[in-house]
Amino acid sequence: MSNTEYTLQSKSDGQTTWQFLLSELKPKGKWLTPFNIISIPIMLLGLGLIVLRFWKGLGAVTNLTQDVPWGIWIGFDVVTGVAFAGGAYVLTFMVYILNMQKYHSIVRITVLNGFLAYVFYAGALLLDLGRPWNVINPIIGNNFGTSSVLFLVAWHFLLYMIAQLIEFSPTIAEWLGARRARKILSGMTIAAVIFGITLSTLHQSGLGALYLMAKDKIHPLWYSEFIPVMFFVSSIFAGLSMVIFEGSISHKVFSDQISEKNHHAQNGILIGLSKICAGTMFAYFFLQMLVFIHGQHWDLLNTPMGYWYLLEMIGFVLLPMVLFFIAYRKNSVLLIRIAAIVTMLGIILNRLNVSVIGFKWDAAIRYVPTWMEIVVTLAVIFTEIWIFRWVVNRLPVLRESPSWVKKEK
Amino acid sequence: MGLDRRGFMKTLGIAGVTLAVGKKLHAKPKEEKEVEFYGMLYDSARCVGCQSCEVACAEAHELPLSTDELLAGTNRETHDKRRTVINAYSTSKGEVYRKTQCFHCNEPACAAACLTQAMHKTHEGAVIWRGDKCMGCRYCMVSCPFDIPKFEYHSANPKIEKCDMCYERQLEGKMPVCVESCPAEALVFGTRRELIKEARKRIHENPEMYYDHIYGEHEAGGTGFLQLSPVPFEELGLNVKIQKSSYPELSKGFLYSVPTIFVLWPAVLLGIHEATKNNKAKEEENE
Ligand code: SF4
Ligand code: SF4
Repeated sequence: MSNTEYTLQSKSDGQTTWQFLLSELKPKGKWLTPFNIISIPIMLLGLGLIVLRFWKGLGAVTNLTQDVPWGIWIGFDVVTGVAFAGGAYVLTFMVYILNMQKYHSIVRITVLNGFLAYVFYAGALLLDLGRPWNVINPIIGNNFGTSSVLFLVAWHFLLYMIAQLIEFSPTIAEWLGARRARKILSGMTIAAVIFGITLSTLHQSGLGALYLMAKDKIHPLWYSEFIPVMFFVSSIFAGLSMVIFEGSISHKVFSDQISEKNHHAQNGILIGLSKICAGTMFAYFFLQMLVFIHGQHWDLLNTPMGYWYLLEMIGFVLLPMVLFFIAYRKNSVLLIRIAAIVTMLGIILNRLNVSVIGFKWDAAIRYVPTWMEIVVTLAVIFTEIWIFRWVVNRLPVLRESPSWVKKEK
Repeated sequence: MGLDRRGFMKTLGIAGVTLAVGKKLHAKPKEEKEVEFYGMLYDSARCVGCQSCEVACAEAHELPLSTDELLAGTNRETHDKRRTVINAYSTSKGEVYRKTQCFHCNEPACAAACLTQAMHKTHEGAVIWRGDKCMGCRYCMVSCPFDIPKFEYHSANPKIEKCDMCYERQLEGKMPVCVESCPAEALVFGTRRELIKEARKRIHENPEMYYDHIYGEHEAGGTGFLQLSPVPFEELGLNVKIQKSSYPELSKGFLYSVPTIFVLWPAVLLGIHEATKNNKAKEEENE
């Protein structure tokens, strides 16, 4: 395409595009908010630790052992983070495939959140690579390890990020005032959504499939050949709980950006989502029970790991499921938020149980993350929130699209 | 934006290619079964625990010599500076030794896990690690049922360290150093078929001396490193509950379902999208 360079809308005061972009880079609003005061030192410290990690090796900052080669940078950042980012594919499915227009107003923010989550949490994978310079091999096709689940997952991350970027791109075009580009990009949304949902189905389950070969290493209460199915089904309510959680916060923090109409729609959206969460959690719980009965591990229940398993299943699946259900019946937004938080804790617990806590649960030396691993993880999360905030404050994510968009329809 | 429709189709195309290659999976193990793999037979009934193999291995691969003492009851482990190790076990037949090293599985989990093909089952049978490909993700370590690959956590340019059955030497027509250095002939190098025959012969000729099992004949789908022992293998700290089929088999079902989903899912989604279009129109009218 030779004429990709659409002339950007000149701003009212005659700024050039560059001046506009530069002015948008500047921070808006107050600097010394509590969030900034907490996050800035952690991000700086995290940066220092990342330098140390590349300089001295992974052993300098992590507690990883020869027996437990994947710690929280994989088990939490990647495996759990991606489950939470699942909201984007579920919501695009509801809005673009099922055409449930009610949820349209939260699509953009969810896709943005999903996209950034992939960039940062899947990006955290790079921190964990011992020889990151060779990451290019499986991408450019020097070496396609096609029998590897990780190969599939890594490729899907990459492609899905592109699909999400396309889904989000009309928003960017609106921000820049690029009318023709917006038109073309919006035309690609449906294709990107379909492609994205397919990819998500596969890599959400693929994250579980990663652990299939670790059959002797994962505690039998968490290992089954159905891990991929479990990961996929749970990613639905994990993602939606994140949407509820993040939505409730954005709603407060960015309330000045939200139109009157969407303010009112919010409760209806939350109640609708809680119904879906309750439904999928019921299916998930049912599947878990089937797998448990199939696995015949009754004897294991009466062990410390067994109690831990029961806590997860009852306290963090069954309980929030019931809460979602009651909340839906009673139209209680507060209860929905509580249920969403409990669900999210449950997802963290489940993913860590498979990838870290139940992994080599019987090893002589247990892996416990160092404070440095936790700081780096927090730094990654905070950086994501910073970028998120930056984008929401500038692009029409929550805000209504500029008036020219409506006119062109 | 550099991504136009054509660019998007290209991306789809790449995804398609990855699908197509995925299908090759089927053929691979079959092909490999036809070639004769080389392997090693280790006989605990002959091993005298002199550790010559350990020393020879360290010297050949420029690794430091071990300083920890060989003692029954203490478990010495392989690590990022030690590819093989001899341990002593107090068993029902007195003190017996066992050598730990990579099993050079017929269908290695590590190689199936590796997304860069850095872990590689050679046609000769040795499973080798290739540093120019490896990106250090350690998925091989997660997947290996014997916990063999080790990672240099304290290096900015870390390697995966594991026994490669002296692949370079094999190419020069020589035996692995440990086999060559063993004074008790506890190690034999040869084709897997010959080794199994030899092991059977030993058990048959000396039934009271051997426990009637060749560890590695079927374990994990068959391994290139085979072991004989005077006592049941659990007394030597080996995992005897290990599955008899290969480990890559465990994720094959998932991998095979990928192309199907990739073809069916978009069609289904598009179908639903078309079917629900009317809803949208209606809702908009209502607004
Ligand atoms: S023992 Fe482990 S490292 Fe050796 S070939 Fe088998 S799977 Fe690979
Ligand atoms: S650490 Fe290296 S050899 Fe092991 S799976 Fe990853 S890329 Fe392959």
